[in-house]
Amino acid sequence: MSTRAGSVEAVDGPVVTVADAEGISMADLVEVGDDRLLGEVIRLEGNRATVQVYENTGGLQPGQLIHSIGGPLSAELGPGIIGNIFDGLQRPLEMIEAKSGAFISRGVAVASLDRKRKWLFRPSVRQGDQVHEGSVLGAVQESELIEQRLLVPARLNNVSSTGLAAQIATVAPGEHGVADAVAGLAVDRKETALLMMQRWPVRRPRPYRKPLLPDVPLITGQRVIDTFFPIAKGGTAAIPGGFGTGKTVTQHQLAKWSDADVVVYIGCGERGNEMTEVLVGFPKLVDPRSGKPLMERTVLIANTSNMPVAAREASIYTGVTLAEYYRDMGYDVALMADSTSRWAEALREIAGRLEELPAEEGFPAYLPSRLAEFYERAGRVVTLGGMNGSVTIVGAVSPPGGDFSEPVTQNTMRFVRCFWALDKALAAARHFPAINWIESYSEYLDYVEEWWSQNVAKDWRRLRDAAMSVLQQENRLQQIVKLVGPDALPDEQRHVLETARILREGFLQQNAMHPIDTYTTPQKQVAMLRVIIRFHERGKDIVARGAPVIRIRELPIIVLLMRMKTDVPNDQLAKIDEIGLALDRQMNELEREYI
Amino acid sequence: MDTTRVSREYVGVASIRGPLMVVEGTTDVGFDEMVEVLGPQGDRRIGRVLSVSRDAAVVEVFEGTSGLSIPSTAIRFLGRPLTVPVSLEMLGRIFDGLGRPIDGGPEPLAREWRDINGSPINPSARAYPSEFIQTGISTIDGMNTLVRGQKLPIFSASGLQHNTLAAQIASQARIARREEFCIVFAAMGIVRDVATFFQRRFEESGALENSALFLNLAEDPSTERVATPRMALTVAEYLAFQEGKHVLVILTDMTNYCEALREISSAREEVPARRGYPGYLYSDLAAIYERTGRIKGVEGSITQMPILTMPNDDITHPVPDLTGYITEGQIVLSRELGLKNIYPPVDVLPSLSRLMKDGIGEGHTRSDHPDIASQLYAAYARVKEVRSLASIIGEEELTGVDRSYLRFGEEFETRFVRQGTSEDRDINATLDLAWDIVSLLPRSELFRVTEEEIRQRYRVRKPGD
Ligand SMILES: Nc1ncnc2c1ncn2[C@@H]1O[C@H](COP(=O)(O)OP(=O)(O)OP(=O)(O)O)[C@@H](O)[C@H]1O
Ligand SMILES: [Mg+2]
Repeated sequence: MSTRAGSVEAVDGPVVTVADAEGISMADLVEVGDDRLLGEVIRLEGNRATVQVYENTGGLQPGQLIHSIGGPLSAELGPGIIGNIFDGLQRPLEMIEAKSGAFISRGVAVASLDRKRKWLFRPSVRQGDQVHEGSVLGAVQESELIEQRLLVPARLNNVSSTGLAAQIATVAPGEHGVADAVAGLAVDRKETALLMMQRWPVRRPRPYRKPLLPDVPLITGQRVIDTFFPIAKGGTAAIPGGFGTGKTVTQHQLAKWSDADVVVYIGCGERGNEMTEVLVGFPKLVDPRSGKPLMERTVLIANTSNMPVAAREASIYTGVTLAEYYRDMGYDVALMADSTSRWAEALREIAGRLEELPAEEGFPAYLPSRLAEFYERAGRVVTLGGMNGSVTIVGAVSPPGGDFSEPVTQNTMRFVRCFWALDKALAAARHFPAINWIESYSEYLDYVEEWWSQNVAKDWRRLRDAAMSVLQQENRLQQIVKLVGPDALPDEQRHVLETARILREGFLQQNAMHPIDTYTTPQKQVAMLRVIIRFHERGKDIVARGAPVIRIRELPIIVLLMRMKTDVPNDQLAKIDEIGLALDRQMNELEREYI
Repeated sequence: MDTTRVSREYVGVASIRGPLMVVEGTTDVGFDEMVEVLGPQGDRRIGRVLSVSRDAAVVEVFEGTSGLSIPSTAIRFLGRPLTVPVSLEMLGRIFDGLGRPIDGGPEPLAREWRDINGSPINPSARAYPSEFIQTGISTIDGMNTLVRGQKLPIFSASGLQHNTLAAQIASQARIARREEFCIVFAAMGIVRDVATFFQRRFEESGALENSALFLNLAEDPSTERVATPRMALTVAEYLAFQEGKHVLVILTDMTNYCEALREISSAREEVPARRGYPGYLYSDLAAIYERTGRIKGVEGSITQMPILTMPNDDITHPVPDLTGYITEGQIVLSRELGLKNIYPPVDVLPSLSRLMKDGIGEGHTRSDHPDIASQLYAAYARVKEVRSLASIIGEEELTGVDRSYLRFGEEFETRFVRQGTSEDRDINATLDLAWDIVSLLPRSELFRVTEEEIRQRYRVRKPGD
């Protein structure tokens, strides 16, 4: 299986230099030393190779041998992915635990997909059918929620988007393991077996037929996102913020509540307990649409901060490859990467040991191109099999000192189209999500407007823009208030402050830990916004007629506006209509005094 | 690693720079293996291999290289990583920064020696921490609750009372069932007085016999500091996961630790990231802080409380910054409160406990706990705004509501934040106190608590009540 490919020349942490390297190519996987540690060739010079090792290299000695496994780092794609937790190299952590206990030891050999487990294959093709790359062969019920569609594998060297047609020679319905053949393809009069599982090199994007416009929103149930800074299915977003500002909670919220079919959650260089939280929590949480446990659509990649740094670098590619695989079945996939900064630091650490010339802050010069390549793998597409699928990528960014001018944030901004800027001051005041509504933006707003108008409410965009305008006016007025106090402002401006306060506390703030507030349907979001804007417009009229703003501020309706996020369940929107009626009654009464 | 490998000895080194030595002509030397260095007078030092190639090894000497000479230094590669003996007998004992007894007692008997680097806990083997630890300190229990298996650092600055606070927490920390903690204490570069202070406090509270102390003092070699927390945590892991103990690990001062790391990095001429610290500082700190938590099916736990001083009181300095990115929250001490003579000077706004949500409320502390904590945060954040407004337009010009915030702020700091150095407040007392102070605000300002909670616990207070 593996062949001798050189010997260790030098060891510096995860970077190993190999002498007398022969028969290995760039990006090949190798086994290093007596403990057969897994590594990847990252540089070739004459007969010397440099390998980044995915495991702790303690004890590795010069002179020990290197063996080539052949081929680049690849993911195994087949049933058994959903509901699982893998490390950055797609090694299942539960299997590692079964072999080596609660602490991860080195050189544990485990297959990504369980070879013993059998899956019931239900073909949808018959002998003689014409198929091509990406065609559906049939399905396996992978989890309660996900039917895995087995596809004719795409060829690696595929450049055109059509691919060759071939005929189904045999079909094997029934129970199979992942390494068993499920069909045979007649190619050049010979039969090629198609296994239940396929492999794909993780650093290579999987091909699709053509891109689609990102005009369907990914509904997240988070009001500040859906209503103010929406993300589209197949879109990209970054969440930058200093420590403790809410990147992880926001990503967990998206993983829980967004209307994706499949969620890939990558813990890239972050905390062990956060992965445990998902592992423990998701099986107990119920998907609001299907009524099934959330874990039935989720896959976790956990390469925590204390796990080897080279495997951390690989983890986001492993994750996005799994995401593309489900996209190719016609699913909408949402991928969370927490945190892309830790991935960039892994690049920096390896580059530093290679003594590469650093660009900004020690990061290698190729940081921007690597970031671009990653976010480019998002998109809504027509798959090779002719279905619509998407990969949405949401990346957390952890800027040193919370300062967005640093290289990872700046370069990420070039390649993402949604920017949810987290604000330390908001987080300190426990305004969550601490997404700053002045600094954040979404370039998908115009794309998804049509969807909202047709599926939720015609006036969505008008309400959203009206609310945004109040918040922007407030932002300007606050500069004055800081100097002279609110009482110095004319009443109509103080009314703006009042509406803004209701928007901030009653709409933008959303408590992830509250059973009702944690998720808001698009319908409820619009209903809430409509009464708040109604409050604003009616109040503005009445103030213009000469009513002092204090009279409006004393209206009992304000408490209801502030509390409807937590007090009105998503399926009882009539209560918001009632709040609207009460609002009108109170405003009418006041208005009569100032006619 | 194969521990039966024979050790190899060399006399004479090629070069010495800072804490590093290059040894040439080596064979069969492994990365990260432990080294014994014999000086001219036969004094024995310990080191480890930082990088190795076919004919040379770079060795870091923990005790520093002063007094070593190029021709006479003898090096022995031990063929195994740096290890520490682990056993229950280490409780009640005091060691130096490399794990050698300095209390006059014998080497503790140990059946097992462990690699001080440990191995990462498999995320799928972790149990999620959720058991409330009562520290008796209102700002922590009420607003930044600590749970068993959490890593919660104290961000301090020179001259603030972080040591008093840490010692108070160590002596008061209790879990609901009144189980007590074992303490593993690692000092890195702190002055002798501070070490003595902790020792005495542990003695007074009777905790000393349940503690293991590892002391690298300011006068001790700085390079040794990179090994000290790893020694301590290896022992802590043994106590927690082998012996089923609940262990509280105090590491102080992490800023000194990071400086030692920077020193080694610059001696190696590595490309620095921010402010001269190496690019791998995050991963290195994570390898320490992540050695915390609970494991499924195992009784014991490790709770970590690292202490660090922020250079120039700057929370964006790489040491507090990277720490905050790894730990599960932080307790931030403020110079402003310190100057007002408030102990403990905990600034609640930048402080945070991320694991609080699962350790409080119904079944853990009290059902109103999450909401009243949130209300305190919101109100105190408002206090800061009102104070800065008042400083411009004058207090008299403030609205009535804003004035009530000023009163709230005053009482919050002097009654809720401030407490005695051995005042141990029960969680109910803390929460009742919170309601009493919140009652200075008009009811219409309370949006973070429910109507029901207001009915039960709010009573209008006029100034002077
Ligand atoms: N939507 C929310 N609702 C309630 N609390 C929140 C919300 N978002 C964040 N928080 C609070 O903020 C804390 C920190 O959030 P989080 O862990 O997501 O920060 P982070 O940005 O990921 O930090 P780090 O970079 O250190 O990982 C949480 O533990 C929680 O207490
Ligand atoms: Mg986070």
